[in-house]
Amino acid sequence: MISAGLPLARPLRLAKRREAAQLGLPTVALALMLTLIIAMRPAVFSYFGVTLLFKLTTPLVFASLAQMLVIMLGDIDLSNGSFVGLISCVVALYLKGAPLLAGSIIVGVILAYVGFGLLIYSRSLPSIIVTLGMSFIWLGTAIILLPAPGGSAPDWLVQFMSWRPPLLPLPIWFAIAAALAGHFALGRSSYGSVLRGAGANPRAVARAGWSLIGIRAAIYAAAAMLMTLAGATLTGLTTSGDPNVAPGYTLLSVGAVILGGGTFTGGIVSPVGTVIGALTLSLAGSLLSFLQVSPTWQSGAQGVILLLVLAGRVLVAERVS
Amino acid sequence: MVASLAAGRFDCSVRPIPYILEVHDLHKSFGGVHALQGVDFRISPGEVVGLVGHNGAGKSTLMNILAGTIQRSRGEFTFAEARVGTWNPHQAQAHGLRCVFQELSLCGNLTLAENTRIIHPALRGPGWRRRASRLIDDTLGMIFPDNELRPDMQLADLPVGARQMVEIARAFTTTDVPVRCVILDEPTSALGYEPTQQLLAHVRRAASSGISCIFITHRLDEIMDVSDRVVVMVDGGVVAERPTAGLTRPQLVGLMGSIEVPREHRGQDRGSLKAEPPVIDYPGGEAGDLPIRVAPGEIVGFAGLDGHGQRERLRALFFAARRRAAHGLAPPVAYVAGDRGTEGIFALWSIAENVTICSLKGLRRAGLISPLGERGLAQRWSDRLSVKAPSVSTPILELSGGNQQKVLFARALASDAGIVLLDDPMRGVDVATKQEVYGLIRSEAGRGRSFVWYTTEVEELTNCDRLYVFREGRAAVELRGEEVVPARILDASFGGHSD
Repeated sequence: MISAGLPLARPLRLAKRREAAQLGLPTVALALMLTLIIAMRPAVFSYFGVTLLFKLTTPLVFASLAQMLVIMLGDIDLSNGSFVGLISCVVALYLKGAPLLAGSIIVGVILAYVGFGLLIYSRSLPSIIVTLGMSFIWLGTAIILLPAPGGSAPDWLVQFMSWRPPLLPLPIWFAIAAALAGHFALGRSSYGSVLRGAGANPRAVARAGWSLIGIRAAIYAAAAMLMTLAGATLTGLTTSGDPNVAPGYTLLSVGAVILGGGTFTGGIVSPVGTVIGALTLSLAGSLLSFLQVSPTWQSGAQGVILLLVLAGRVLVAERVS
Repeated sequence: MVASLAAGRFDCSVRPIPYILEVHDLHKSFGGVHALQGVDFRISPGEVVGLVGHNGAGKSTLMNILAGTIQRSRGEFTFAEARVGTWNPHQAQAHGLRCVFQELSLCGNLTLAENTRIIHPALRGPGWRRRASRLIDDTLGMIFPDNELRPDMQLADLPVGARQMVEIARAFTTTDVPVRCVILDEPTSALGYEPTQQLLAHVRRAASSGISCIFITHRLDEIMDVSDRVVVMVDGGVVAERPTAGLTRPQLVGLMGSIEVPREHRGQDRGSLKAEPPVIDYPGGEAGDLPIRVAPGEIVGFAGLDGHGQRERLRALFFAARRRAAHGLAPPVAYVAGDRGTEGIFALWSIAENVTICSLKGLRRAGLISPLGERGLAQRWSDRLSVKAPSVSTPILELSGGNQQKVLFARALASDAGIVLLDDPMRGVDVATKQEVYGLIRSEAGRGRSFVWYTTEVEELTNCDRLYVFREGRAAVELRGEEVVPARILDASFGGHSD
């Protein structure tokens, strides 16, 4: 057992290594990929080049942060991509002509999402099954609304997404803002501690007098709102709606969370890491096309990047004892 | 230190009403099991009450009801002279009632400061982290001087003893609500000697400043050191309540066994084991760990408090015996699991399939299972155990818990096993079924089968010929023949004279 004198060095060393592995590895992967791309195409290293390179990352960043919230609770959301697709259809169909209708549909969908989240908790169902079922509901609803790709995004949204803010391109501003907001909400604020605690040890948080139902409803609502942002920004970029626009987001978002230092055990996630992970995964596609690798290999390559970073994490963080 | 502890004791115990917390005629049942049957309990401000009793006596249930984490079935509950309807953890926190749970209630992914914030709604807004850090740091330093814990350390990185220190300190931190009553459930089981003494001293200090403490532990010496009053629970009821002053340790052990009517010892002392070669001969580990020997036809019990290494030893015996059986050195071995939901029954199968799963080798006809043989074997054993079911093809989940357990017994007995290991198999089983199974075990032992029986119920152990009493992972004491009586078992479980 322990006496008064604890071997203090070990906990501190562990914490340092964990931080290094959580944020360092995805950052190194992102930097490596950027260096390769710029070495091959120096023209990319400009305001316009970076804008193009990161153009499609904004929706994935929001979708990944939504996935991160769900994974923080110890669940997983397999409906992420089709939810984004549904929102994209609603935005393209109604936001221009009938903004009230669009708004109420979106609020209704968010409430339904929260309802499913509470169902998972109250009946202790496996989230992987429930969210898989939900994904078909979102996709089906989207196809009923918009059987073939079409509709058009409101002009203000399209204009906003092609806005060129000063200093840095818009996708970079979005990524920085999302990472900082997530970091302060979850990592620094006092309520963030409670939320992360509820993911790791829900019983302890309940025993401290918190309502787990309230916490889960809030988290699921926040996730749904982030996915709504993802759907809206995606429509702003593509200018039209398509139910099948984003099925890839489901697994990419999970990959981004894990790449960014998250674990499936719940409670351990990093918003900054998740954003970097999302950027890394969407850059992988561009890198491969610069390398003139056929697009069929892209998902495989994303998987390899994920495996390499995870292997690196095991080497750095868990080789302590 | 002991002298100063003793000094504060007497004036507290005579302080009469008002009680800070009082329950009357408290009942709690889980399904058909009555965990609490009419408990009366009260504690005054500044009083330290020691709560003792064997496993399953209802201590943890009582504590969870007081902390609001489970709801009482009925009974009156008064806190600070106000009648309480439904009582939940939020209200408990808001009224200054804190609880240190046996399984730690800290989040491993958070730092000390963040874990402190979880129980303090007031720790929010700008600078909360600094305030939370100072709060937990000061309290840790007050209770456990010279600790080297820092508020920004993450819980998962700390050894279990340090985590326990953090949880204890957290229970004594104060923001806007004063702490009025702290429940400590086995707080010292993970602490070393020095932190334990520091905690006991702090409990006395807290009591003299008006904080009540309910102290639950199996280490009776600590209860004698720190408490004003001892409450003894047996089988879901309070059987004795005494001021600690003047109480001796043997008296206390006696109180715990007080409702155990002296009964005829049913096992038999088989004297020396040398007459027959043992079917199990398992060497002990470190010093003070007895080797486990089991003779053919013998019923050997594993006693001691729950979680002191009996189950681990039983599994080790099983794997060792199975290896020996595979080489023909020992008879085949069977294991009856107590946790039938997770490791006993096949929930989707019928009774017959559940009974015969260990005997399929003998039921083979031309490489396939003979349905007739399967039914016959299952029928024979479910009749012998009088399993209450329409037929052996009934799905097992339609049976009551006790009957499911009988099916698991039938599985072991229907097999060719010469050694049967029982892992607390009677948990949640009614008395009548228990009596039937005891008789069956004794008659099977008469036919030469050996049993190793781990149970947390002291009375069950009187069916055994010989006992090993486990303490802290070691088979510490061997009791045989006339020594197999509840008082001796309890005494040996609680460590004879001192832990």
